Amino acid sequence: MTASGPASKTARSVRPTGAFSIIMMLVLPLLCFFLALLFGRYGASPLETIKAFYNWLMPQHEPSTLENVIFTIRLPRVATAMLIGGGLSVSGACFQGIFRNPLVSPFILGVATGAGFGAAMAILLSGNGLVIQGAAFLFGMLAVALSYGMTRIYRTSSMLVMTLSGVIVGTFFSALISLVKYVADPYDKLPVIVFWLMGSLATISQKDFLTIIVPITLGITVIFSLRWKINVLSMGEEEARSLGLHSTWLTILLIMSATLITASAVAVSGVIGWVGLVIPHLARMIGGPDYRRLIPLSMSLGACYLLLIDTLARNLVGGEVPLGILTATVGAPFFAVILKKGSLGWS
Amino acid sequence: MILEVHKAGFAYPGSSGTVFNGISLSVGAGEVLCILGPNGVGKTSLLKCLSGLLPLTEGKISCKGENILALSRTQVARTIAHVPQLHNPVFAYSVYDTVLMGRTPYLGFFSPPRQSDRVITEQAIDSLGIAHLAEKAYSELSGGERQLVLFARVLAQQPEIIVLDEPTSHLDYGNQLKILSLIRNLARSRTAIVMTSHNPDHAFMVADRVGIMFNGAIAAVGAPEEVITVEILQEIYGVAVTLLRNDGFGSMCVPVFNKYAGNAKLWRNNE
Repeated sequence: MTASGPASKTARSVRPTGAFSIIMMLVLPLLCFFLALLFGRYGASPLETIKAFYNWLMPQHEPSTLENVIFTIRLPRVATAMLIGGGLSVSGACFQGIFRNPLVSPFILGVATGAGFGAAMAILLSGNGLVIQGAAFLFGMLAVALSYGMTRIYRTSSMLVMTLSGVIVGTFFSALISLVKYVADPYDKLPVIVFWLMGSLATISQKDFLTIIVPITLGITVIFSLRWKINVLSMGEEEARSLGLHSTWLTILLIMSATLITASAVAVSGVIGWVGLVIPHLARMIGGPDYRRLIPLSMSLGACYLLLIDTLARNLVGGEVPLGILTATVGAPFFAVILKKGSLGWS
Repeated sequence: MILEVHKAGFAYPGSSGTVFNGISLSVGAGEVLCILGPNGVGKTSLLKCLSGLLPLTEGKISCKGENILALSRTQVARTIAHVPQLHNPVFAYSVYDTVLMGRTPYLGFFSPPRQSDRVITEQAIDSLGIAHLAEKAYSELSGGERQLVLFARVLAQQPEIIVLDEPTSHLDYGNQLKILSLIRNLARSRTAIVMTSHNPDHAFMVADRVGIMFNGAIAAVGAPEEVITVEILQEIYGVAVTLLRNDGFGSMCVPVFNKYAGNAKLWRNNE
């Protein structure tokens, strides 16, 4: 037992400390949250914002314009950006573990194109916001069910076959999206479809936030609770089974949870790419590959990242910049820089 | 007998031919069974069946008297540890975390490892003398170090039976001998061990019993000195070998190599 000394000593020097975790998981998101509330068309100083919060808590008083702006417009949007950013990152990290492949995004099983098709159809046929969200969610889930079902029919649990099934289903739905675009009215419906597919949080209301908080929280909770098992699962399906896991059921449960998150996010915000692919890498560079740390860290960094991007999207120019464009144009160079510096945590 | 194989047969689903047929074997606590056989004879498939990773198509495998397919995955994993051939995990988990994974069969569905699991993990790491590697990434280690880490994981898993698929492949000479003596030590602590090997010498060194697997069946099983003969080595590997009986130090195979072909003829004439 004498030899355990050096082991735990190195452990402390390599692994982030408790204070680091608290900063990463709590201070950083709260700071971003508060800062994001300050920025917008209607300017507000930090002091005014704090005062608005204070007043808001007071019962029986007439809300000021600033309070209205902050609590009915900015707050739902800021909260939704954090929820979706955190959710997509957790979902991406989870898929990367299941597929044992760091190049996998939450959209690997065709959820985005499925949801895109559902939304495009709904825009074409009705245009009602609730119908669009519902259709996007249902078709997103359907696409994943088709991909996974195809893998099961071929009686294989091979990740390669599952990836290919995702590609097949994705291609099918993206052809259907093109078809819907082709028949859509180019002056009225087509732009709506195109903007939806680019992803945006511009029209987020409190209702949208309340719609998705339950499914996304549920998905994150399940993945968070199973984070140790994802470690074991990522060693290989057979090895996971020899260590006592029911890998098939575990995989199904994880895919369902991750898809619940992704489909809910896509339903209200459209397709926001890049976040779910890259944030888990950033988290791995900072905290290592262990999913016990990776899941919470991805959640926190993803929430902050999408919030930053969305705050840029609504402040950078007079109009709104679609999120899908910004996540990549800001994120790609940023990732290129950190890629040079850090160890990736995978080989 | 802690692990008994009765008339086992196996075929991969969808394929027409069987991999093996009518195999009966048994291992007792503290015993090392080494399976020898040519490439592609189905040794790895047999080991996977023994660990309950693949279902037999015929016959049955009993672990402590119960059919292995009737036990839950957790129950099997608490009794049998399976060490696969060396591989590359995608994510660079630390050695410590890799060993900690051996505790998985003892955890509840949603629970991560507890303090008691960490203690057992540290003991396992210490007992193999790899504490200095604990925070290194498993994927950056050499083959010998990786094999030691997998053995530490087996210790953390606290099984009664250990199934080892070619534990000495990809290792240098020194590491091969280290792993073999480690296997003997595990057997001394009453663990039953089933292993495969490509080297008959290794069977001489560690095995209490040897099974010769050939043409989808067990051609012979028994003590190494009885089973490993010049004839059977000629038959399964198709090469000429002489055996050096070395009393008190075990036997050794000496290939009749073309460089020494003339000498061997002389030697045989002398006998």
